[in-house]
Amino acid sequence: MIKHESIETNAGLLIILTLIVISIGGLVEIVPLFFINETVEEVEGVRPYSALELRGRDIYQREGCYLCHSQMIRPFRDEWLRYGHYSLAAESKYDHPFQWGSKRTGPDLARVGGKYSNEWHVAHLVNPRDVVPQSIMPNYPWLLETELDFSDVQDRMRALKKTGVPYSETQRELQRNIDEFGAEVAARLDILHAEENLMQQALANNYDGQRARITEMDALVAYLQVLGTMVDFSKYDEGYFTEFR
Amino acid sequence: MNEEKSKAQGAVQTTGHAWDGDLQEFNNPLPNWWLWAFYASVLFALIYWILYPAWPVAGTFTKGVLNSITFVDSDGNEKTTHWNTRSLLLKDLQEGSEAVRSQEYLDRITAASYAEILADADMMAFARSMANGIFGDNCAPCHGAGGAGVIGLFPALGDDDWLWGGTVEEIEATISNGHYGFMPGFKEALTEQQLDDVADYVLSLSGLETDADAMARGREIFQTSVGGCYYCHTAAGTGLKSQGAANLTDQIWTIADVTGAGSMRDKQAAVKRVIANGVERNMPRWSGRLTPTQIKLLTVYVHELGGGQ
Repeated sequence: MIKHESIETNAGLLIILTLIVISIGGLVEIVPLFFINETVEEVEGVRPYSALELRGRDIYQREGCYLCHSQMIRPFRDEWLRYGHYSLAAESKYDHPFQWGSKRTGPDLARVGGKYSNEWHVAHLVNPRDVVPQSIMPNYPWLLETELDFSDVQDRMRALKKTGVPYSETQRELQRNIDEFGAEVAARLDILHAEENLMQQALANNYDGQRARITEMDALVAYLQVLGTMVDFSKYDEGYFTEFR
Repeated sequence: MNEEKSKAQGAVQTTGHAWDGDLQEFNNPLPNWWLWAFYASVLFALIYWILYPAWPVAGTFTKGVLNSITFVDSDGNEKTTHWNTRSLLLKDLQEGSEAVRSQEYLDRITAASYAEILADADMMAFARSMANGIFGDNCAPCHGAGGAGVIGLFPALGDDDWLWGGTVEEIEATISNGHYGFMPGFKEALTEQQLDDVADYVLSLSGLETDADAMARGREIFQTSVGGCYYCHTAAGTGLKSQGAANLTDQIWTIADVTGAGSMRDKQAAVKRVIANGVERNMPRWSGRLTPTQIKLLTVYVHELGGGQ
């Protein structure tokens, strides 16, 4: 039995014992995360962001949207009625970093995709008060004026690939994506064709209402329009999701 | 000296350790109320660990006992699970007192026809308050909290003008399926002069006085295949509902801000801009996102907002 006094008077022993105590606290919190495999739902449809959506997500982070908007609908009746189905862990499994947040100065955005038209998003981001008179959100007019820089989008996808997001570079990875997501989605996750895919998506959907240009607005609206839309909840029995808790 | 010091400090105990001969450490035990609160917290934690999901074990975790939740799943089967917030939500949605009460009304609304709802004060009161929330969250961002709309972007719902029809059936179809409103731009098909003339004619349709010659030239373009405006806006200018074409005769302007423009020149310029550039508006579809009953409530609400037909 070590006496209190002998620890207090022996700096080396004090340091070692302190480290042991702190490590136990850390390990108890961290280790289970690597082993609990029951909590991420198995659902169809969740895919990594396309190149354009990914640039939109980067702009979302650059502009600090997450400081006022969460992306996490909690399983409470009021949130269910207002925002829709509660968020699943699986829905943010390709987000690095995830945008859950807990600060809601503005509304939650986890299921904002498809809720409003592109025109609304453009008008709202340029000057929120044009469409929501009582809004306190700042204006983001430069999004509509700034050409989207996507010269480094391949590097951005490669960086995410290192964290485990299944973007493809080799033929084998492409084939794996085709098996998992289908050919159409897999083609959009191909790093080698990222730039042309990005341009194609921006021009085909014309998110910002300006056909001739690809602006940061295109990217951000593309990102907002996909949020929370990947899982088709009509395919699942509500009881199913309780099995992952 | 030590004795003097201890006297000066009163009767505070020391830990008994001494460094450098006389350096001592006071022992100030925690107050009893704090200590007991601490023991109580420990006891609470122990009980909590037993009752609720708590400890990770191998690939799973302890699920808690004596605390299961029973709810009815989508197939109508009763399902019992260990305590978790998702089951708790489902149970609350099915059995919570507010949920049960609003469900009674929702069932009545679901079963009733529009005519029955509109005639029943009780159901209308419920529809107003329930739909106010649904409208506020889903519709008000574009159409405004009171349905005032944004001129040029989103139609006003508070007026008497219905682009796609103002009967309950038409409003329901609009909300359920959304709409794609499109008018082509004429800046390539018509000359500047022709655009001016058509703008004058359009303004004259709602009774504004414009240059008679220009108006007559504009009518030629509007009413013939030169402009072809009458295909959608009809020869009388009242607009085809099936195309969502605006009624140009009623002094209600949804895209060109004629009312807000001061001089006739500005009014003409506003109309000309619309004719030159065309219009493209898109309302999203809401079936799938909202339940049929929610759409029904909204239909009643929107119908009432604008003095529906």
